[in-house]
Amino acid sequence: MGLKKTWKEYKVAYVYIAPFFILFAIFGLFPIAFGFYLSFFRWDGLSAMHFIGVENYLNVFKDPLFWKALKNTLFIGIIAHIPILLGGLTLAYILNSKLVRGQNIFKTIYFMPMVTSSVAISIVFQQMFGNNYGVINWFVTLLGGEKVNWLGGDGALIKVAVIVMFAWKWIGWNMVIYLAGMQGINNDVYEAARIDGANNFQVLFKICIPLLKPIIIFTIVQSTIGMFNLFTEPFILTGQNWQGGINNGGLTLMTYLLSKAPQGGNLYGYASSVAYIITALIVIISIAVNRGTLDKKDPDYLADQAVRKQRKERAKALRMAKKGGAVK
Amino acid sequence: MILPVILLVIAALVLIAKFVPKGKTIVLYAVLIMIAFIMIFPFYDMFVMSTRTTQEIFSFPPLLVFGQNLVENFKNMTDQVDFWLAFRNSMIITCSYVALVLLFCSIGGYAFAFYNFPGRNVLFAILLGTMMIPTTAGIIPWYIMMSKFHWVDTFRALIIPNCANAFGIYWMRQYCKNNIPTSLIEAARIDGCSEWTIFFRIVAPILAPAYASLGIMNFVNVWNDFMQPMMILKSPKLQTLPLMLRTMVSDRGTDYGAMMLASTCAVLPLLIAFLCASKYFMDGLTAGAVKE
Repeated sequence: MGLKKTWKEYKVAYVYIAPFFILFAIFGLFPIAFGFYLSFFRWDGLSAMHFIGVENYLNVFKDPLFWKALKNTLFIGIIAHIPILLGGLTLAYILNSKLVRGQNIFKTIYFMPMVTSSVAISIVFQQMFGNNYGVINWFVTLLGGEKVNWLGGDGALIKVAVIVMFAWKWIGWNMVIYLAGMQGINNDVYEAARIDGANNFQVLFKICIPLLKPIIIFTIVQSTIGMFNLFTEPFILTGQNWQGGINNGGLTLMTYLLSKAPQGGNLYGYASSVAYIITALIVIISIAVNRGTLDKKDPDYLADQAVRKQRKERAKALRMAKKGGAVK
Repeated sequence: MILPVILLVIAALVLIAKFVPKGKTIVLYAVLIMIAFIMIFPFYDMFVMSTRTTQEIFSFPPLLVFGQNLVENFKNMTDQVDFWLAFRNSMIITCSYVALVLLFCSIGGYAFAFYNFPGRNVLFAILLGTMMIPTTAGIIPWYIMMSKFHWVDTFRALIIPNCANAFGIYWMRQYCKNNIPTSLIEAARIDGCSEWTIFFRIVAPILAPAYASLGIMNFVNVWNDFMQPMMILKSPKLQTLPLMLRTMVSDRGTDYGAMMLASTCAVLPLLIAFLCASKYFMDGLTAGAVKE
């Protein structure tokens, strides 16, 4: 009876939240669970599935192409994070200082790449990085350098092009987020620091960055996920090559995954295990970023720990009390 | 030769900052404008190249002012690919997705904010938990599922599965909690409004700014998406703009001027919209970072 009454009273609420939970169960949860199951099978998508245990995973780790893809992805991601973090913070700090005006204009310009199609912009960058006719090589020769074969050669320099595109795209996004964070910091904090005689660098590194830490971590995690999903830019730059172009120089993990199935082949089980390895890497790095930046002296952290300890002790005491009651 | 030049420039900037009156401001402006130039240049180059013939594009040193081949390029582009069809397809997919996602997210967020139904906290915790799962893990089975449903080569596959947007619900809930007083809803209830009327007549109008931000965020992501449409849409008739560009690239001996014009046409609508309403775009696309 109670259940029926509850249902009647809150029917609307359940109806309102139902679409998400139904759709997520079907199109989100089920594929993720089935992907784990599938990663232990050999399957071409048509014939019967063969259980082969962890063989898929072993084969992935034995494949030199996988390691190449992992190395490329990490290299691109780590190098590209330097300009988007430092550049983003510096630009935000400059725009937040009272020295310059036209904040909104600069913000808008820096944010522009974020709303553009990766395919279109990859086509333009392909032209700009061209060996014989590209603008970038023209600039290099103006400065007295030799033309650099960015997209050709032994395939190593294509990563530079991808890094430039990645940084070009994400720096504005980071900057806008940091700027919003800096504007959220109470002005008194800055003034107090100034009165105490802190210079610009000290204010940036001792005040802004520690206070912005949660936001910085958020942006790192987001761009790390972006890095592991990096596919369109290198794919177009290498002329839509599933092997990542010359010497697999532009092969990323996502390209590797899709080249196994369903785009380049039909190794569905194998591709599932690759997908799970990528997921594991994302999770590990996200946790590592959170843990690595943990400050053991941070008052928030200490308070959190104290509360947790107290809760544990209370639970323990409760258990003891119950036990005592049972014995009696 | 390049390194000394760069070092020279940096040294000059530092000297100006130190010794020229108001030097600091000048240097900061110089840095900001230089980076702004780098951000704009690829767009500018794209516009320039779309007004040039292929021959002019392949000349050295590169031509950096507008040419006169725009009309010709447009003709060649429409001969090669059906631009308007791709534009229409992109529009259909993106608009129907955005409409659905806004509806689901706002009713979900509203329910979590204002109904105290049993299991609310547990369900909300589950919802937050789903945001932590990277979707990469399910990409292969997702594709298998689409082919089993016979959804490959349909727009449905790109619209319906993506409608489960946990972040949107979370974000709408925060917005509801911060902007809608409970008394308003109670008053409407006492006046005898049905629950649906309360939502569509009273809550939805207040949510307008949230709709704008969340809608823009999803619009941009879906409009520019390449990977999912590439996996799903096989037939040329269903191509979206990014897929159309891709076909133009993979046809060898392509007309570069036409290709650049096509890229311009794919980028321009959103770019113009962004320049007109940049505040909403930035709010939408950075949502979740600061609004904790």
